[in-house]
Amino acid sequence: MKRVLALLLVSLLVVSLFAGCQPKASEPTETAAPEATTEAPAAEPVATVLKWNIGSDPKTIDPTLTGASDGGNVVHNTFEGLVREKSGVVHPGIAESWEVSEDGLTYTFKLRESKWSDGSPLTANDFVYSWKRGMDPKTASEYAWIWEYTNVVGAFEATSGGSLDAVGVKALDDYTLEVKLSTPTEYFVSLVSFYHFKPVKQSAVEAKADGAWAKDPALTVSNGPFTLTSYEIGKGLTLTKNPNYWDAANVKLEAIEANFIDEASTAYQAYQAGELHYIPQVPTAEVPKLIAENPEFHIFPLLGTYYYNFNLKNEIFKDPKVRRAMSLAIDRELITETLGAGQMPAVGFVPPGFIDAEGKDFNEVQGDLGLPTDLSKVEEAKALMAEAGYPEGKGFPEFTILYNTSEGHKLVAELVQEMLKTNLGISVKLENQEWAVFQDTRKAGNYEMARGGWLTDYMDPSGLLSIFTTGNAYNDPKYSNADYDALLSKSAKARGKEHFDALYAAEKMLITDLPIIPIYHYTESMLVKENFVGWDRSVLGTVDFSLAEFK
Amino acid sequence: MGSISYYVRRVVSSLLTIVLIATVTFLMMHSIPGGPFSREKAVPAEILKSLNEKYNLDAPLHEQYVDYMYRLFIKFDFGPSFSIIGTSVNQLIDSGKDASLKIGLYASIVIILLGIPLGIISALKQNKPIDYAVMFMATLGVTIPSFVVATLIIYFFAGKLGWIPTFGLEDPRGYIGPVVALAGYSLSFVSRLTRSSMLEVLRQDYIRTARANGISEFKVIAKHAVKNALIPVVTYIGPMIAALLTGSFVVEKIFAIPGMGRYFVVSVGNRDYTTIMGMTILYSAFYIVTILLVDIAYGFIDPRIRLGKE
Repeated sequence: MKRVLALLLVSLLVVSLFAGCQPKASEPTETAAPEATTEAPAAEPVATVLKWNIGSDPKTIDPTLTGASDGGNVVHNTFEGLVREKSGVVHPGIAESWEVSEDGLTYTFKLRESKWSDGSPLTANDFVYSWKRGMDPKTASEYAWIWEYTNVVGAFEATSGGSLDAVGVKALDDYTLEVKLSTPTEYFVSLVSFYHFKPVKQSAVEAKADGAWAKDPALTVSNGPFTLTSYEIGKGLTLTKNPNYWDAANVKLEAIEANFIDEASTAYQAYQAGELHYIPQVPTAEVPKLIAENPEFHIFPLLGTYYYNFNLKNEIFKDPKVRRAMSLAIDRELITETLGAGQMPAVGFVPPGFIDAEGKDFNEVQGDLGLPTDLSKVEEAKALMAEAGYPEGKGFPEFTILYNTSEGHKLVAELVQEMLKTNLGISVKLENQEWAVFQDTRKAGNYEMARGGWLTDYMDPSGLLSIFTTGNAYNDPKYSNADYDALLSKSAKARGKEHFDALYAAEKMLITDLPIIPIYHYTESMLVKENFVGWDRSVLGTVDFSLAEFK
Repeated sequence: MGSISYYVRRVVSSLLTIVLIATVTFLMMHSIPGGPFSREKAVPAEILKSLNEKYNLDAPLHEQYVDYMYRLFIKFDFGPSFSIIGTSVNQLIDSGKDASLKIGLYASIVIILLGIPLGIISALKQNKPIDYAVMFMATLGVTIPSFVVATLIIYFFAGKLGWIPTFGLEDPRGYIGPVVALAGYSLSFVSRLTRSSMLEVLRQDYIRTARANGISEFKVIAKHAVKNALIPVVTYIGPMIAALLTGSFVVEKIFAIPGMGRYFVVSVGNRDYTTIMGMTILYSAFYIVTILLVDIAYGFIDPRIRLGKE
């Protein structure tokens, strides 16, 4: 027996040698020591190092390549675009000022004299390079589709292989950038605050392909409030204050230590233990308690909507009475209460947060469009089913609700199943598919009713409403209404009140035709230590630590 | 006695097994619906084309296969990850292996050094309080899933008591939680297995003969009983070590450990073809090696099971 044990131990030791002999890159002891001294006694000088949880290890932190919020949140703090949008207000960034021509088609940005983190000057040509890199199919940025919505001359064509020289982006001189649009686009300036439009330095980008340069502290060059000083796969990254940032005088944090903790309950425990100062994704079970009593808890609307698609190619959903009856039979308040994370019952498709030409909230002005948040119209629903020839649901075929595998989606589907059964007498089966499979099935239209969710990518209600135009890639119900299409294209060409009036009418039409059942508007929650102040968040949800500090 | 040729044959058949596993995984992976670039937002066609070209997904399947196998077995290159842009699967494995191997190793040591003695003691003290206590703990260990154990450890020992850090391995105490959560199931299983195997051996005639011959009780147990009782345990421990060393998705996710175990599960959801392949092949290689070690170990325990005579 000794020999057996010895053998096993030897083989284990061999493995441990293999594990042990590696250079210990993953133990930054030098960063651990100073933080212990700054943190322990509360009366000592305030902390200048933020401990932040990003969630998962970002796919990439190359501004041009990233399309996800985890990478985007890093980029927003390491790079500076033309402008910076904070809580819906556009502030100058590298652009000191900008002018729009009378026809709304030419934007001229005056850039400040600023530097890259390596000390070299940043000019308008860097923007031209970065933007064209984003459009170039060879770059293969998954976010390149955004160019279609910028309305920059030739940009959409460039993403599908057209000439990059024909694109309407030009450096008039080192510090003047001219952008030509094909249609007036009210949201253009706020759109370019987004991470895809931040400048990158050509020599840095070319140092290591596929955005690998951005994760390599030795190669990365940025121009934001912070620069990357370490990156450990699967573990975390460190950002350090960039002395070459144009507004460095106002940056108070010395460094940001970011972790990749994707388990919300672990991050929550670490936050409670004081090991983290800022965490997104609060565990759902904790939310009701936190909303009630914790001033460190913040909840923000996310500009998007959770809904169910009717497959309009299916005979059973062709009757608008049936679709309306089902939309009325859903108790949205009960659903959001059950989910318990502060979601807002949705009675339209455009969530609160969009400001119209008169400075009012689009969602508020639009009102409820006849859909209730609760069951107050269930009698009307029953009557509609009877009119459609299915009194008390009799004769209505059983159908299946399809959703992608997740506890939250399952819960909503079960509630809807129960509501349709109790209120209309309709029997529903549930089916779930793994995410990648689900997307394919839904796109191919192989479903009866399927869940959907949409977040806008720019600050205009058309960011949501345009997905239901005929032939749109995300028009999963295959809704097609020429009047609706006309309203959307009218809004795209018009400015000011006319633009919004067309969108108001479009949403009204959508909620009358009901190719979908709106269920709730998304929210996002986070915990932030009370003494950490000055942080900001763009309306689209990107976090900004440029002016944050500990009090 | 031809054991050299036996080893040669074993190594060759192991390699063939890995090729076979790689082939089957490759085919299954490409046959499931959804691809690495299935997205909510439609990627423009031209860009999708350029992505497919970049990752060689536009080539016919058999060409992709040949190309992959060539890179894998000739260059030991698992290719670029599809989901972490600009990072190769080799880099992912390289950055994750330290944490996973260390935790797996510590868990294996705990299991062997605790599980086997506990099982033996339990068998020797059958139906005594200590036996009941060990078996109660072992039943708990087998039935409570590791994610529950892990979450409870974080909640009490890290959150409430502050004895261990809530995440990561920077503090050496950070190993305690993951090792306990990872070892829990197998530790319990090994002690139960040792106990039942031990009980069976103790009832054998040769044990009675040994005792009748006046051999000291210690020698009877240590030399004759334990040695024979360990055969099924060793069979279990081999593959177990392979599984522990390649990392656990659950434990690494909950304790936020930068290991390689998580990629096994995450890569499937992302259709990250190269990472799926890399992790599967790595795991099979570990598995095959430990099975080989188990076979060698048999020979030491019981000379009748000499290699090459099967």
